[in-house]
Amino acid sequence: MQVTLWGTRGSLATPGPEMARYGGNTSCVGVIGREGTMLVLDAGTGIHPLAATIPESTRRVDILLTHLHMDHIQGLGFFAPLYRPGLEVHIWGPGSATLRLQARLMRYLSPPLFPVSLSELPCVLTFHEISSRDIDIGEFRVRSELVCHPGPTVGYRISAPDKRVLTYLPDHEPALGALRFPSLPREWTSGAMLAAEADLLIHDGQYSAAEYPGHCGWGHSSLNQTLDFGTLTEVKQLVPFHHDPDHTDTDLDRLIAQAIEETKPGYQVTPGIEGTVFEL
Amino acid sequence: MSSPKPIQLILARQLASSLAMPILIVDTDGTLIFYNEPAEVILDQRFDETGEMPADAWSALFAVADEAHNPIAQEDRPTMMALSERKPFSRTVWMRCGHREWLHVSITAFPLIGEGRQFLGAQMIFWEV
Repeated sequence: MQVTLWGTRGSLATPGPEMARYGGNTSCVGVIGREGTMLVLDAGTGIHPLAATIPESTRRVDILLTHLHMDHIQGLGFFAPLYRPGLEVHIWGPGSATLRLQARLMRYLSPPLFPVSLSELPCVLTFHEISSRDIDIGEFRVRSELVCHPGPTVGYRISAPDKRVLTYLPDHEPALGALRFPSLPREWTSGAMLAAEADLLIHDGQYSAAEYPGHCGWGHSSLNQTLDFGTLTEVKQLVPFHHDPDHTDTDLDRLIAQAIEETKPGYQVTPGIEGTVFEL
Repeated sequence: MSSPKPIQLILARQLASSLAMPILIVDTDGTLIFYNEPAEVILDQRFDETGEMPADAWSALFAVADEAHNPIAQEDRPTMMALSERKPFSRTVWMRCGHREWLHVSITAFPLIGEGRQFLGAQMIFWEV
């Protein structure tokens, strides 16, 4: 599979020269299988440039939302394929205890917050509730699990027919409440079974170790926790992702290098830079 | 690959680990999947040493009797009632672990139900009276 990072920023889109290298678009990752199956992971502002790469001949796109915080859905209304008559668009994501996925999304994708209502879109739009289960989308087997982040939030483990595995946990605080992290086995650590031995793990690394104590419970990880999570789960390659909007390119270079120095991961760490393409 | 615990159980364990009240967590089969340090004192067992225990095994660790000291059958204990009825149960009982002294405790057990009405197990709290 080919994996492209279209938006790696967390919380808030951050354009500007000091953010240009890591990128300012919010969470969006494109996945294309060898048989042509196209997945879009989250619909942050990075989905806008991704849309421009989708050929007119494409008949189906699946958008997998981890949760409905604004930085993960803000680009959805600007996803050009939604306005192609006849194109099948499937949106997968978690409902809540009281509202279905479609109703939750319509809170944003309807006036006055957005000028176009979902019901007016010309594409063939289908919503799928997802929490903790396995589904087949084209050539991919996709496992989802609820993970530790405020509100209903899932992570995804995407397996290709050639057994290559991508795990996507962009907003995740597995260390929440842990007296030491990591100290528990995988099955007792949020998201760890999704990430177990993945070829590529894209994981929340919003804060520095020094910043995390002031943001405990906000649903995100420090870079050190992220790299330790990668060690626990024995991934082959890890991409720190969902960068804090206050972190410049210079900050991120320094913080990621510092986290690597302190945690000494035994696997490859590749900073989450917008536009990076991985071939798995 | 062992199966992952649902996030609700993971968070329940994290919470129990940081509380001073004795807490036990069981899955839908009644298997004791976690108990915290204060509960270790009551059970006279350490979770790190026992790990998970099937319902029959952990229920046999202690005797439970009503206020008149009549034995309470396993299926009538609050945790098993919470599992079978899927609603909270609270009862004041006498309990004794091994040959230690009888303790007068209030036991409250409630089911753990996730989104989509997914039944996950039950949690039990001991309160010495």
